[in-house]
Amino acid sequence: MIGIEHYVVVSSILFVLGVLGIFLNRKNVIIILMSIELILLAVNINFVAFSAFLHDLVGQIFAMFVLTVAAGEAAIGLAILVIYFRGRGTIAVDDVNRMKG
Amino acid sequence: MIQAFAFYLFASFVVASGAITILARNPVHSVLWLILAFFNGAGLMVLVGAEFIAMLLVIVYVGAVAVLFLFVVMMLDIDFSEMRAGFIKNAPLGVMIALVLLVELVMGVGAWRTGALQLGVANGASATPEGLSNTAAIGALLYTRYLFLFEAAGIILLVAMIGAIVLTHRQRSDTRGQNVGRQIARRPDEATVNVKPAVGQGVTL
Repeated sequence: MIGIEHYVVVSSILFVLGVLGIFLNRKNVIIILMSIELILLAVNINFVAFSAFLHDLVGQIFAMFVLTVAAGEAAIGLAILVIYFRGRGTIAVDDVNRMKG
Repeated sequence: MIQAFAFYLFASFVVASGAITILARNPVHSVLWLILAFFNGAGLMVLVGAEFIAMLLVIVYVGAVAVLFLFVVMMLDIDFSEMRAGFIKNAPLGVMIALVLLVELVMGVGAWRTGALQLGVANGASATPEGLSNTAAIGALLYTRYLFLFEAAGIILLVAMIGAIVLTHRQRSDTRGQNVGRQIARRPDEATVNVKPAVGQGVTL
């Protein structure tokens, strides 16, 4: 029978894949944003699984808020990406030094 | 039995498509594999009875976020092969950190299996009601107990929308736009003249 630990292991693997994606594609900010979406998907699977196995709906409500924030984050991130590309003609993020931070 | 089969199907697909998402050479393929990962994630959620969140995932992620990614990937003219220059160089460190993270996470599950950890117990404040569908139960909870959080989520979306528009909007100087102020300030008596030209002489404007 499928238990909570199956879900936790799947979401752990997905989370780790997201982290690995950030490390592997350090130059390509689009793939980095996609990796962040993968991480958030893993978090959502975890929330929903625990919510179902504990018979408590708060997890699903929380997953909805995570979804909201992920959508906003993708919109803002891609907008920043577009204006960065407009100014520089590239999206290589390992030499972002415009703000001299 | 069929549930276990469906779980392993969805789980293997979500992990495989997640892996191809981060490894694909072409970002367009990455986005498409990401969409497959979201679909299978939604399938996993349906299996435990969270239909509403699953459908929301399909609508919001596949319908909006992934299409947004697709737009941006196709709109920007980028040499993606050059982007992969550091791929091999970064691989050992990345794989090492990922392995350590995975081992730690799985060790957490193992600790729970041996009984060293206790899962939290729901206090029943928002327990799943009997005889209500998942969507109705979430609605009943969301519009009463979590109403302010729900509105805060709406504000987050509004701010994100305004922010994205403000960031990407640009005033273009090479096009002639509408000048609303001049249009409104125009009066009939200064815009039109009534002339009575003599025959054969024409008018000067």
